[in-house]
Amino acid sequence: MNETPSEHPVTLRLQAEFGDAIVETHAHRGDHTAVVQPEKYLEVVRFLRNDPECSFDFLVDLTAVDRLRLKLRPRFEVVLHFYSSRSNSRYRLKVRPADDAAPEVDSIVDVYPAANWPEREVWDMFGVRFGGHPNLRRILLYEEFQGHPLRKDYPVNKRQPLVEERPVPQDRPSTFFYT
Amino acid sequence: MSETLTIAPLGSALAAGASSTRDMLLNMGPSHPAMHGVIRIVLALEGEKVEDAEIEIGYLHRGFEKDSEVVGWGQVFPYTDRLNYVSPLMNNVCYAMGVEKLLGLETTERCQYIRVIISEVSRITDHLTCIAACSMELGAMTGFIYLMKAREYLYELVEELTGARLTVSYLKVGGVKADLPDGWLERLDGALTKGLAEIDEVHKLLTRNRIFIDRVKDVGVISKEDAWSLGFTGPVLRSIGVPRDLRKDEPYLVYDRVDFDVPVGSVGDNYDRYLVRMEEMRQSVRIIRQCIKQIPQGAVRVDLSGRPLTGAEMVDSAKMGMTTDLLLRTVRPDPTMDGSDKLHTRQLNATDKQVVLPPKEDTYGNIEGLMNHFMLIMEGEGLKPPPGEIYIANEAANGELGFYMVSDGSGRAYRVHCRPPCYYLMQGLDKMIRGDMIADVIATFGTINMIAGELDR
Amino acid sequence: MGLGSEQGGYITSRLSDGIAWARKWSLFPYPFVTACCGMEYMAVSSAHYDLDRFGAAWPRFSPRQADLLLVVGTISQKMAPVLLKVYEQMCEPKWVVAFGVCTCTGGFYDNYATVQGIDRVIPVDCYVPGCPPRPETVLDALMKLQARIQASHHPLADSVIAPAKL
Repeated sequence: MNETPSEHPVTLRLQAEFGDAIVETHAHRGDHTAVVQPEKYLEVVRFLRNDPECSFDFLVDLTAVDRLRLKLRPRFEVVLHFYSSRSNSRYRLKVRPADDAAPEVDSIVDVYPAANWPEREVWDMFGVRFGGHPNLRRILLYEEFQGHPLRKDYPVNKRQPLVEERPVPQDRPSTFFYT
Repeated sequence: MSETLTIAPLGSALAAGASSTRDMLLNMGPSHPAMHGVIRIVLALEGEKVEDAEIEIGYLHRGFEKDSEVVGWGQVFPYTDRLNYVSPLMNNVCYAMGVEKLLGLETTERCQYIRVIISEVSRITDHLTCIAACSMELGAMTGFIYLMKAREYLYELVEELTGARLTVSYLKVGGVKADLPDGWLERLDGALTKGLAEIDEVHKLLTRNRIFIDRVKDVGVISKEDAWSLGFTGPVLRSIGVPRDLRKDEPYLVYDRVDFDVPVGSVGDNYDRYLVRMEEMRQSVRIIRQCIKQIPQGAVRVDLSGRPLTGAEMVDSAKMGMTTDLLLRTVRPDPTMDGSDKLHTRQLNATDKQVVLPPKEDTYGNIEGLMNHFMLIMEGEGLKPPPGEIYIANEAANGELGFYMVSDGSGRAYRVHCRPPCYYLMQGLDKMIRGDMIADVIATFGTINMIAGELDR
Repeated sequence: MGLGSEQGGYITSRLSDGIAWARKWSLFPYPFVTACCGMEYMAVSSAHYDLDRFGAAWPRFSPRQADLLLVVGTISQKMAPVLLKVYEQMCEPKWVVAFGVCTCTGGFYDNYATVQGIDRVIPVDCYVPGCPPRPETVLDALMKLQARIQASHHPLADSVIAPAKL
């Protein structure tokens, strides 16, 4: 990815506070990002909220990316977007769960209650567990669904019908009525 | 003594039974007249009072994000129409701005004014639909009929501009599909005047109506801290007293050049939300009228290098004039339909890859337009943003609509995630209806303006 | 009364026509609204494109009281059991209109989440393509459905003549 390292004050603050736990940073088209190790993830999130210089009090979004086709390791990446009302600025934080087979990170519901449903959605769509989430169930799909559809190895039209499908009539009589 | 019944997960609560003999579990939806589409709310009731609620969504999950990885960047526009289907143009604008941010492309001024005008028209239709549906569910059917009439005036104009009433796909990356027809702006002004007359009638019917006020006042209240921490944005947040509006805080397009106010409520109940929406419609009309005065003449589309294409060029690029190059060489399409940024397209256009599609008259009318169109639609042709990721946010009618896009340098999106405003509003719905009665659930749910297409994507 | 089978047949068919006429002009739709087509359904029922002139304006939101199931909008896999349940709860005679191309064939949502046409779940009488269909298309579909109702035989007529037929 052809991005430059981030020189944002928040990035510098994070690097000063957490050092090596900030794995990489970049800035692209005005968006600044920092990638943190999963072990320090919850601490960094708390820091971003509570530190007076950062004070990111609003969680804008929480989602995930499956990096299988990009051929990068680790495979999954949980992406968070923050907004600070004090400084009217945005920031992106990423964390990559270490285990590709059973990815898991901490849940940040205690710090940002807005993360409740987005974490459930990431579990539903990608299969990334959030340790400590009060209610980690599928949200957009049904419980009987097997697999995690937004993963790159899930075929787009592999359907799992809940209701037994009727045979679609091939030779319907002509139903064209003139009124 | 009231015990709060926590219902999560659903199965165990139903198996274990209610923990108090006075609590009853009632299921509302998913097929329900007032559930605006498909939502399931399971209420734990004590008589008529709601003790606890659980919201189940996903009944309209249509796989937008997975589909957007399969089709090309430019072909995601129809999917974005169907996200918030009452304000489809705003979704289109947000997505187009996102891809342009990935490309680093700046659009022309006229295009930005057009985008602002159509965004505000969408906002008006969204608020009209919300208030119409809300009043219908509370029994005021007249409000519904009058506001639908007002919405029809705007739909007629949208149809004239884009070709469709609802699912428009009007935007293209780098611009809009076609310029405004002659006299469209004057007709828009007339339609807004007529629409405002209808809105005034409904205002007279509802705003000081004793029954309406009793139904919506002090109902569905939520505190500022709860709302902010749950990720609320938009009219619902503004009705609580937080003056956050992306058009003012982080202006995009030409919102910094127009003058408008942002209505802010105080209590955060349904009545405030209704008033905020009514006033926002008036402010939208104000914005549109200013844009009509300020809009410059000029090109509406740019190509990938940022060079504006004049109207004549948009047509000529597919006409005879540009085919001298074609006449000189045989067109040999690559059998794998890949590697298109090579021989043919580079010679068809003056400098570099073109991102814009030729107009339909030429696509269907002459072979050059057809070929140009064909080239641009096949995967990997032209529109290849450099690898990277961005987040773009717009102030949609419901709140902050965001798109997080990841590009891997190919003609297809690697990941497109939509941040729907009503997802976070629905997360907080159970806090808003706790303590109210069943009938208040209808009113609260109506004023939040949940759009299932956006919620479930 | 000694009515022969021909005269009984004539009276039955006249009665059936009369019942069909009554049924087609007083349809009680159950608008099973899910998605964007719902906006066009709202436009069809409003003043501009009036559905009331067909007698089909009053939506009955209970399957026990409705006879026309208007499936409006995409049916996802999660919603299919709900649709089937609602259909089974309706009493005869009942008709189903698949409103919008998502209900006809799944639309352009050819993915893991969408039922590729509701006729895989319930039998359909009238398919209305369009994304969303224009209100005029919907009215045309309703008129075609009315023609179909008029042309089909209504068994209620037979029960009137049943004693003589025996």
